[in-house]
Amino acid sequence: MSYHRSAFWALSVAILRGFLRDKASVFFAVIFPLMFLVLFGGLFSSQDQSKVDLVQVGDVALVDELPDGAREAFEDTFEVTRSDDLAAAIEEVRKGDADVVLEQRGDELIAHYTQTEQVKAAITQGTLRALVDGTNVALSGEPPRFSLSSAAVEDDSLTTIQFVTPGLLGWAIAMSAAFGAAATLQGWRQSKLLRRLQLAPVGTGTVVAARIAVTLTIALVQLAVFVGLAAAAFGLQLTGSWWMSLPLVVVGTLCFMAVGLFAGAVAKTVEGAVNLANFLVLPMAFLSGSFFPLDGAPTWLQRFSDLLPLKHLNEGMLDVMVRGQGPGSAVVPLLILAAFAVVITALAAKLFRWDTT
Amino acid sequence: MTAILARGLIKTYGDLTAVDHVDLEVGEGEFVGVLGPNGAGKTTLLEMIEGLRRPDGGEVRVLGEAVWPRNGGLQARIGVQLQASSFFERLTVREQIHTFASLYGVGRAPADEWLERVGLVDKISTRVEDLSGGQAQRLSIACALVHDPELVFLDEPTSALDPQARRNLWDLLSSINDAGRTVVLTTHHMDEAEALCDRVAVMDRGRVLVLDTPASLVRGLDAPARITVAPGVLDHAAALELPGVAEVEHDDLDGIVLVTRDPSTVLAELATSRRLDGVRVQTGTLEDVFLSLTGREYRA
Repeated sequence: MSYHRSAFWALSVAILRGFLRDKASVFFAVIFPLMFLVLFGGLFSSQDQSKVDLVQVGDVALVDELPDGAREAFEDTFEVTRSDDLAAAIEEVRKGDADVVLEQRGDELIAHYTQTEQVKAAITQGTLRALVDGTNVALSGEPPRFSLSSAAVEDDSLTTIQFVTPGLLGWAIAMSAAFGAAATLQGWRQSKLLRRLQLAPVGTGTVVAARIAVTLTIALVQLAVFVGLAAAAFGLQLTGSWWMSLPLVVVGTLCFMAVGLFAGAVAKTVEGAVNLANFLVLPMAFLSGSFFPLDGAPTWLQRFSDLLPLKHLNEGMLDVMVRGQGPGSAVVPLLILAAFAVVITALAAKLFRWDTT
Repeated sequence: MTAILARGLIKTYGDLTAVDHVDLEVGEGEFVGVLGPNGAGKTTLLEMIEGLRRPDGGEVRVLGEAVWPRNGGLQARIGVQLQASSFFERLTVREQIHTFASLYGVGRAPADEWLERVGLVDKISTRVEDLSGGQAQRLSIACALVHDPELVFLDEPTSALDPQARRNLWDLLSSINDAGRTVVLTTHHMDEAEALCDRVAVMDRGRVLVLDTPASLVRGLDAPARITVAPGVLDHAAALELPGVAEVEHDDLDGIVLVTRDPSTVLAELATSRRLDGVRVQTGTLEDVFLSLTGREYRA
């Protein structure tokens, strides 16, 4: 038995070395998805925090005489610059260099804004209205009767990074598992290495196990790098049952290796196999919510996405990693992914030929 | 004991009978060549003997054991070099042979010794993709021999090699056989089969047409000898009068060619008249045997 173990290790090391020395594979498996993470995490999350550029023309008593606490809140929302030229300031807003111009005529507070920036327009209107209302109430001398306090359903640290990390990770794992399996099967068949291994006294099981072990190792490294970078650079916070992402990654990897085997069994060349794997995985990533949430998508599309394994991997990971669901929430996705893996593997095995002739 | 015993092997692909009732017996320690045009069925025959393909009919025993279904114990006693260079991508020469050694439960020291024997010691850190054709062939042979098999199959090991590399490889192959291993080789090169093989099988259209030593095959061809005499030594009329000469051909570059079934008499005559300078004698070759058996038309 130790002899089979040494064959397993030798094959695993050989495959891993081959992967690590293939710069293109490493790039697409690890670096490329990380670029998306940086893009989504860095770019889109910074938009949430950006302040509204406000140009104050002349004296605005309402703002200038704010009490300290209110003034702080005001400055959290607005980046204030001062100007004396109303026409020039409005022109700035029109060109998009500023978001709003504020002036006071008597008791009237006037805000000029552009509708092209709807989110900022809404923030501006809401904040200024609250300011005016608050001041009116204070001037009336009566204590306010009603008060509003709001609380988000999710952890209050929920930002873009929380949503994009699990989805992008699902895509990265699907991609590297599918490509690895497709390229290995086709490449080994082309070079007749498959035949050569068939002639050696190692079982097919040992060869397959070695390939799976290497792909799983790569997937777990992807998980660590992804979560590590998202937590360190973009403030990702994992919720309680995050460790259930480990079995999800494992079963997801098996499922997408099966997709890659299928592509490798169908295609006639290495390029064909990789292209077919790409053709299957990339649209699936879009339709499974890897890049953007599907909440706004039409119902039929959401129904359709239920037929895609990646959707279930993504949902499972979101549940346990950021939505704070219990470990049990991963069970159904795990079973669905395992079923996909079994069916697709059986299909690939049916289509498989030892060599191209 | 016989190394290979094949009886009535048949393999069909649809309408095509790739191997058609082939018998083959190879003794232990023999060096046997399998010749034949492309598509003759050589590779399919070997794959059935190696246990890679299941015959549709007939039976094979190798080293006294059945080859089908897959037999790990037998596989450890057989070494196979495939036509293509079947390597793990992006490994160095040394990593490559160590990986194959592990598959057979062989240590690293014997693997390194094989690299020495095939002359790849100064290439151990080179990746397989960067090897020349000859170096890759030698590595692939070393990988086939790393577990010291009793029976070795080599599929066109010298195709695409330059003459130096081919001759070097011949020496290596002879030494493998001298060490007592049985070697089965497929090749397109008749000179290679003549130089290396104890016996040669010529295959065409799925059948083994002949199986004999190269010398008896050539003798059996009963081809006349061709004696080429340097230009200016003999004229046509004098040549025709020489005893034993059946025919005279003119070769613009080389002079006169005497076709004879009695080369000893003709050569003796040439010797007594001191006309032997620059003479060349050509008897039948394995190539003539091959062409007379398989014809000259192009094959797929």
